[in-house]
Amino acid sequence: MSKVIVVTSGKGGVGKTTTSASFSSGLALRGNKTVVIDFDVGLRNLDLIMGCERRVVYDIINVINGEVTLKQALIKDKNCDNLYILPASQTRDKDALNLEGVERILNELKESFDCIVCDSPAGIESGAFTAMYFADEALVVTNPEVSSVRDSDRILGILAAKSKRAVDGLDPVKEHLLITRYDPKRVEAGEMLSVTDIQEILRIPLIGVIPESESVLQASNAGTPAIHLDKSDVAEAYRDVVGRFMGDERLPMRFVTVEKKSFLKRLLGGR
Amino acid sequence: MIAGLISYLRGNEKKTAIVAKERLQIILAHERAGRNAPTPDYLPALQEELMVVIAKYIHIDRESINVQLEKHGEYDVLELNITLPDKMRLNR
Repeated sequence: MSKVIVVTSGKGGVGKTTTSASFSSGLALRGNKTVVIDFDVGLRNLDLIMGCERRVVYDIINVINGEVTLKQALIKDKNCDNLYILPASQTRDKDALNLEGVERILNELKESFDCIVCDSPAGIESGAFTAMYFADEALVVTNPEVSSVRDSDRILGILAAKSKRAVDGLDPVKEHLLITRYDPKRVEAGEMLSVTDIQEILRIPLIGVIPESESVLQASNAGTPAIHLDKSDVAEAYRDVVGRFMGDERLPMRFVTVEKKSFLKRLLGGR
Repeated sequence: MIAGLISYLRGNEKKTAIVAKERLQIILAHERAGRNAPTPDYLPALQEELMVVIAKYIHIDRESINVQLEKHGEYDVLELNITLPDKMRLNR
């Protein structure tokens, strides 16, 4: 059974595309045949984060309009064998993305892929709605910050009331909380909402915590999803997220407390 | 550093993370309530018509009738609250 997973948040700039890129790469590395779809029509960016921007020829709107086949529009990822990217259109407007067309594409993708990751645009307009409508599971990306938490709550309300699963009366969309840009130091100082605070407020299961890190910018500069970075806690944290998603619930939650530097490390000036 | 020391000695300043959590809990409780039980658009009309019927028999003013829809778990409860005037006016 293939799964449709939406990466959503409501608020912009919290790490949806970063997460979509690393999460889909991680699923593929674990042997799942995976496709990641950019739903941000008019403002596509997943291609840049995945480093395939110069190989984009056709996009999702071309497929919906029947101008090209899915096979022609899918771009094979440069890092993972099992991963394909379906870019958004940069020139069309968001109304070209209709529910019927998207459903047709998803059904066709389900025939050959295990995981279909939908990278949602920010907001709660039609693009974001279309991205989440067909979801079986949802990664709700949240920053430890009041406006992001409030928007996530709004998104959870929409998933529970207006997704296809809700409308058809099926089991509800399985929701996962993913906290990004987390800074344990500031949490300890009482300057930032803690993991527990956010969980208490949003009341959905936690799938992972991604620490605030300079390496996310480095990854996007290079067009390599952060999960591929060497010796980066962001990469480790994303691998843990994928592990938990695949059912390994015993994985301990890392990067949530301030790491005490060892004496030797301090002596050597290691970071 | 001195400012930090002073605020430490005072010890009564609320950490901003706690303020953030409290504010979120209040606003989200409010927004969730609105989301789960949006006021149906027939309520004002219903209130108006009830007013007319009741006014035929009892002398009441607009403020003494109140119609509300509340959510109690699985059930929606339509609450109708009419404050009757005191006996003297009723017998008149």
